[in-house]
Amino acid sequence: MAVEERSETGRVTRGREVADIRLERVTKRFDDVVAVDDVSLAIERGSFFALLGPSGCGKTTTLRMIGGFEEPTGGAIFLGDADVTGLPPYKRDVNTVFQSYALFPHLSIFENVAFGLRRRGQRGDPLKRRVEEMLELVALPGLGKRKPGQLSGGQQQRVALARALVNSPQVLLLDEPLGALDLKLRKQMQLELKRIQNDVGITFVHVTHDQEEAMTMADQIAVMNAGRIEQLGSPDELYERPRTAFVASFLGASNLLRGRAAGEGVVRLEDGTEVRVPAAALAGRTGPVAVGIRPEKIRLAAGESNMLEGVIAERSYIGVSTQYIAQTGTGSITVYAQNTDHGPSGLAAGDRVTLSWSPESTFVVDALEEERR
Amino acid sequence: MNFFHRHRALVPYLLLLPGLAWLALFFVVPMYYLGYTSLQAGDLFSGYTFAWAWDNYSDAFTLYRGHFIRSLEYAGVATLAAFLISYPLAYWIAFRGGRWKNFLLLLVIAPFFVTYLIRTLAWKTILADQGFVVDALRTLHLVGEDGRLLATTTAVVAGITYNFLPFMALPLYVSLEQIDKRLIEAAQDLYASRVKAFLRVTFPLSLPGVFAGTLLTFIPAAGDFINAELLGTPRQLMIGNVIQSQFKEVANYPQAAALSFVLMAGIVIAVLLYARAVGSERVTAGTAA
Repeated sequence: MAVEERSETGRVTRGREVADIRLERVTKRFDDVVAVDDVSLAIERGSFFALLGPSGCGKTTTLRMIGGFEEPTGGAIFLGDADVTGLPPYKRDVNTVFQSYALFPHLSIFENVAFGLRRRGQRGDPLKRRVEEMLELVALPGLGKRKPGQLSGGQQQRVALARALVNSPQVLLLDEPLGALDLKLRKQMQLELKRIQNDVGITFVHVTHDQEEAMTMADQIAVMNAGRIEQLGSPDELYERPRTAFVASFLGASNLLRGRAAGEGVVRLEDGTEVRVPAAALAGRTGPVAVGIRPEKIRLAAGESNMLEGVIAERSYIGVSTQYIAQTGTGSITVYAQNTDHGPSGLAAGDRVTLSWSPESTFVVDALEEERR
Repeated sequence: MNFFHRHRALVPYLLLLPGLAWLALFFVVPMYYLGYTSLQAGDLFSGYTFAWAWDNYSDAFTLYRGHFIRSLEYAGVATLAAFLISYPLAYWIAFRGGRWKNFLLLLVIAPFFVTYLIRTLAWKTILADQGFVVDALRTLHLVGEDGRLLATTTAVVAGITYNFLPFMALPLYVSLEQIDKRLIEAAQDLYASRVKAFLRVTFPLSLPGVFAGTLLTFIPAAGDFINAELLGTPRQLMIGNVIQSQFKEVANYPQAAALSFVLMAGIVIAVLLYARAVGSERVTAGTAA
């Protein structure tokens, strides 16, 4: 029952400012390749933290450095208050759920889960009870005698989770834990992981390239690209106010329009249209910028203060919504219209249309270096 | 065509025929003939005839018991030595070899490009009384002034170890190379030190290689006669030497055949006992903490 106790006391003492993991200017170089480039970040105690990015962005290397499987070339890693840089994995109060689970094929499920407890000297009945409790938590009671090879992928995933969680580590690292599962099972496990994290109250650090997975589960997401953190924030912050074009396009779809900053809260697009943006979004930027609008925030009618005239070029019916592509003076704009009324909407290809959206739904990113759509 | 359609069930057996024929011709028939010979009586001049001569077998146990025991001892010690040398070697190549793996493996089997006899003769030179090895050991006072290596038990066991080393090293390499490196990371992640991770994960997972390697070394080593003949004295003679001389020098074919059968039975029993020991070891590897 140690896990439950921990979660309860954890909840009471959990302060927003307590960092469980701190990376200070961490760099990792493999020969000539810089995998992780001067990354600093703090992960709150008890939070579900996601490292999100495309393959090769350095997210897995970052995780492996926290776990102790790679040593940083520069910088320091702290676990709570302790500097763990240079400590081997077995001396860190951190456990990992590996990408391909890495269950010990020669040991039974029970022994796989008991592995860490045995290394720490637990024996007999307490060990047995603890392992069985953990198998119950991951909904696999009674399978202790089987070998990993006799279980399905989803079951192996749960064993890997149990094997790590049974040790009540300070931090649990998950390296693309759901990557090998099919879509339906993945959705189910996402919710279950979230539930388990809530139950045990341990800090989870989750590496994934799946933005939906990160959004569903994480409290905080660090979007990584080319070894650096592009932006760190809650899922809605990242979605509503992405700060870079990379974040805007990696998390969901967005329309990015080139323009120039033209005074307090105003951006002038290439065709001369003036777009109002929240003053904070410009953040003192001058010169070339790009404004972004999520496709579902745009109305196919006048009414909001930002407006563009266009012609419907394409229309596709997706069931829950209809996707339009409109040609405007500043390029093509994608719009998702929710199908709230019965039957297909009135607009068809070739129709003239006024697009409008509110300034609050507009974000600003640095000028686009190249076409990103 | 019609025949195969009508007798579909026969096809697998027909496909087995070449293999079965090979087995019959080169295994069953010689075994039968050997068994038949081992129960013959007579002598070289009047000829040997079949006579249910079980005393060939009782002689094998009474007259040559020492040779049998010595053979199993030498083979056992040589197998153990080959294992102790090969395991670190195979481990290093599998885990640290990197792009040199194939080249290093080639070096392991390089001696096989020279025939068995020549290799063993080379050891005769290496271990010779005037050779550098004995010289060095004398200088270090590890052997006495008139101490020698050639014509000792050590020389015979060393020769066997050397000659069968690749048979041990290669299966060990294969089993170690197949181990998912992440399993070792997982063990370390779960608080196992490097030594514990090796004992609890790497070594148990390499057991199939250990098993194959010991069999491939022990079985031919137990029947070997070249090393004892070239590197030893009559006091180091193994059962292989006895069988060889019974066949070729004394021409007592029934006795030689009976000895061969006893050796074979001895090896089969030893292997079965070993398989049981390793098998149960693998089942209990994790529970014994």
